[in-house]
Amino acid sequence: MLQIDGWKRVLILLTCVVGLLLALPNAFYPRVEAHNDAVADLEAGFSGNGLEELAAGWPSWMPSSLVNLGLDLRGGAHLLAEVQVEDVYETRIKAMWPEVRDLLREERATIGTIRLQPSPVDELRVKISKPEAIQEAATLVRGLARPVVSLTGAGATDIQVSTDGDVIVVRLSDAEKLATDERTVQQALEIVRRRIDEVGTREPTIQRQGSDRILIQVPGIGSASELKDIIGTTAQLTFNPVVGRGSNPDASAGAGNEILPSLDEEGLYYTIESAPVVTGEDLVDAQPSFDQNGRPAVSFRFNASGARKFGDYTADNIGSPFAITLDGEVVSAPVIQSHIPGGSGIITGRFTVEETTNLAVLLRAGALPAGLEFLEERTIGPELGQDSIEAGRIACIVAFVAVLVFMFLSYGTFGLFANIALVINVGLIFGLLSLIGATLTLPGIAGIVLTIGMAVDANVLVFERIREELKTSKGPARAIDLGYEKALSAILDANITTFITAVILFAVGSGPVRGFAITLGLGIMTSVFTAIFVTRLMIVIWFERRRPKKLEV
Amino acid sequence: MRLRLVPKETNWDFFSRPFLWLGISGALMVAAMVSFFVVGLNLGIDFTGGTTIRTESQQEVVVSDYRDALATLELGDVTIVEVNDPLFDANQHVAQIKIQAQEGEEAVTADLIRKAEEALKTVAPDITFVSVESVGPKVSGELIQTAIIAVALAIGAVLIYIWLRFEWQFALGAVAALVHDVVLTIGVFSELQIKFDLAIIAALLTIVGYSLNDTVVVFDRVRENLRKYKKMDLKEVMNLSINETLSRTVMTSVTTLLALISLFVLGGDVIRGFVFAMIWGVIVGTYSSIFIASAVLLKLGVKRDWSKPDNTSGNQFANVDA
Repeated sequence: MLQIDGWKRVLILLTCVVGLLLALPNAFYPRVEAHNDAVADLEAGFSGNGLEELAAGWPSWMPSSLVNLGLDLRGGAHLLAEVQVEDVYETRIKAMWPEVRDLLREERATIGTIRLQPSPVDELRVKISKPEAIQEAATLVRGLARPVVSLTGAGATDIQVSTDGDVIVVRLSDAEKLATDERTVQQALEIVRRRIDEVGTREPTIQRQGSDRILIQVPGIGSASELKDIIGTTAQLTFNPVVGRGSNPDASAGAGNEILPSLDEEGLYYTIESAPVVTGEDLVDAQPSFDQNGRPAVSFRFNASGARKFGDYTADNIGSPFAITLDGEVVSAPVIQSHIPGGSGIITGRFTVEETTNLAVLLRAGALPAGLEFLEERTIGPELGQDSIEAGRIACIVAFVAVLVFMFLSYGTFGLFANIALVINVGLIFGLLSLIGATLTLPGIAGIVLTIGMAVDANVLVFERIREELKTSKGPARAIDLGYEKALSAILDANITTFITAVILFAVGSGPVRGFAITLGLGIMTSVFTAIFVTRLMIVIWFERRRPKKLEV
Repeated sequence: MRLRLVPKETNWDFFSRPFLWLGISGALMVAAMVSFFVVGLNLGIDFTGGTTIRTESQQEVVVSDYRDALATLELGDVTIVEVNDPLFDANQHVAQIKIQAQEGEEAVTADLIRKAEEALKTVAPDITFVSVESVGPKVSGELIQTAIIAVALAIGAVLIYIWLRFEWQFALGAVAALVHDVVLTIGVFSELQIKFDLAIIAALLTIVGYSLNDTVVVFDRVRENLRKYKKMDLKEVMNLSINETLSRTVMTSVTTLLALISLFVLGGDVIRGFVFAMIWGVIVGTYSSIFIASAVLLKLGVKRDWSKPDNTSGNQFANVDA
C-alpha cells in the first residue's frame, strides 16, 4: 500500500533542501560573486575599499559556490596550445657535447683528436681521428648514460650511443624522450599557470589535454592575442661562453657554436658556445634593480648547483667575455673580472625600468621549456556573452512556464505535483552544478531547457500508468501503487540509455559538447530522483490527508 | 476537465501498411545521403579549420564593401553573411565572416586576424569584433574524428545495453531507428546548409538519446505485453503496446517541443541551428520509435516461448529489477 517510511521522507526532504540551498547563491549572482572576491582579497591580506562591506553582502554561513559561467556567457579568451616537446631534445643533446668532449679528451692517446660534426637537431655526431678505436670511444661515451627515471622507462638509459664509421652518434633513447615529454608538458603547464596568476585574472582554467596540449581559458580578458602575449614570451635565459664577436650573421660559427645578435647594439653578432654554462632554470630569484651607474638592471640569484657551476666557470675564465642570452639574443657580454662565488649577479643592458620589471617577472616565473604552438584560439566579447545569458534566461523562463501550464492542464492536481517537482529539479541541477564547480555554457543552457521538457517524462509515464490501472477499476491507492511499480522499469531503461549518451558525450567531447553533456547528465539524474521520490512523496502525503474515493488523474 | 491530446482509448492499426512507412523513410534516407554527398554539409571552422569573425556595428552591413576591404589581403575563400535576428536592436548590425584555413599553416595565424580586423575598420569605423574564433587544421581534423567516434560509441553502447536488457531483435530495431534519425538530420543540415559544428554533434547525440528514450518506453511495454498475452499475435501485441503508450509519447514530445521552441524563438541566433537540430530530432525520433524501431522488430520477430531458457538470446539481465 501507499507507505513511505518516516526516515525516507526526511531523507528525501533533506536532499531537496540541501540541493536548493546550494543553488540559492546563483539567484543573487552579482552579490555573491562580489562577496567571494572580497573574501578572497581579505584572506590575501588586503583591506579597505569597502571590501568588508562587500564581504558582508552575503551571509558567511550560507553556501557561496556559484555556477561558473563559461566563456561564451561572460566573454573571454580560449587558447589551445601544443607544447613543442621536440624542442627540448635539441637542448638536451646539445648539452651533452661538453661532457662528451671532456671525457674523450682525456683519452686522446688512444682515440686521437675529436671533432664535433654538423648533425641533425636531435643527435650529436662526434668524429675521432683514429677510427680503429671507435668501439672503445663508444664504450666510454656509453658510460655517460644514466637510468631513466620514470614508471614506463624503468631499466632503460637516457641515451643511445651507436657508431657510424669513425663517427660516434649520440641520441636520446625513446624511453628518455617519453619521460622528457612528460616533464616538458608538466613544466610548461606550471609556467603558464604562474604567468597567468601573476596577471591576476579571475578563475582561469588551465588544463592539460591529451599528451602534449594545454587548454587555457581566461574569462574577462579582451582578446586571445592579449592572452598569448602574457604566456607566449619564452624568457629562455642562458649564460654561455663567448667565442668571438663580429658583424656577419652568416659567418661560419663552427661546430657546437652559434651566432646570436646583440639585443641593444644593431649589427653586432656574438659567436657563442651553444651549450650553456648555467640556464635560467637554476635561478631562484630575480628582481628589478639598478647597476652601479644607476641604470635599470635585473639582479638574480642561482640555486646551489647553479652557483657552483657559475663559480667554477668564472674562476677558470677570468678575463674572457661571458654572454647572457635571452630568447636567442645576447643581452650583454661582460668580461669576467673576478671569481663570482656567491651565485648572484646582475644583468645590465639598455633596459627601461618597465622592461626590467617585466624581465624579472618572466625570469621568476621560469622559462617555458619549449615553444608553444597555438592550435585554436577563440575570443568571445563580453557583449555577446551578456546577450546570450539574457536570451538563455528568457528562453528558460518561457519554456518553464509553458511546460508548467501544459502539465497542469493535462493532469490537474497531479500535474501540480509534477510542476513542484520540476521546480525542485531545476534547483537541484543548479545546486549540483555549483557543488561540483562545473562550468555553464550556452549549450549547457540548452541542455537545461531540454531537461525541463524531458524531465516531466518520468512523471508522465507514472501518471499515464495510473490512469490505465484506474481503468481496471482498482482502488485509488492500489492504482497509484501499481502505477509507480510498473512504470519503474520503463523509466529506468529510458533514462539509463539517455544517460549513457550523456556520459559518452562528456568523455569524448570537448568544449560546447561537454558543457551540454554535463547539464544533460545531471538533469537526468535529478529528474529521475524527483519523479520517483519527490512527486511520490507529495502524492502519498496528499493521499493520506484527503483519502479520495475516486481518483482524477 | 483535462486537456487530452490523444483520445482516452485508441485502437489504431500502426502496422497496416508497414511497407508504406518503411518505404517513405527509406526514400527520405536515400535523399538525405544523396544530398550529403552531392551538396555536402556547411561545415563550421571546428571541422574545416579557419577563422570566423562576428562583427557588430551601428551601420548597415554592406557585404560587398566588407568583401572589397578583405580582398586586398588575399585570404582565399572568404564568406561574408549578414546575420538577421528578430531579437537584435534596430541599429545592431551583425555579420559573420568566415576565412578559410590558410595554405601551409598548421597553427592559427594571429597576424591574419589582426590585418582582417584593421581592413574591416576602414569600412565601418565603429565596428566591434564580438567574437573571433580560429581553429588550426591540425585540430579540426581531430575534431571530425572524435565527433564520428562519439556518435559511433553512443550507438554501440546503446545497442549493447538494449541487447542485455531486452533481446537482440529489440536492439537492432532501436539502432535502426537511431541510424534513421541521424541520417535524416544530416540530410536536413546539408539541404538547408545550416552551419554544422561541434555543438551540432551534441545535438545529434541528444537526438540519439531522445529517440532511444522513446523507443525504449514502447519496447518496455511490448516486453510486458508479450508476457501477459502469451497467445496473442506479435503484430497485435505491438499495436496494443503502441496504443497504450501513445498518450505518454505524445505528452512527452509536446512538453519537450514546448521547451525547445521557446529556446528556438528566444534563445538568440548563436544556438539556433543547434536547437533546430533538436526540434527536428524530437519529431523524427518520435516517429521513428513507432514506424521504424517497432516495424523492424515486427519484421525480425521475437522469441515467444519463455518456458525454455535460451542461452544465446542474451536476455539474462531482462529480469533484473533495476
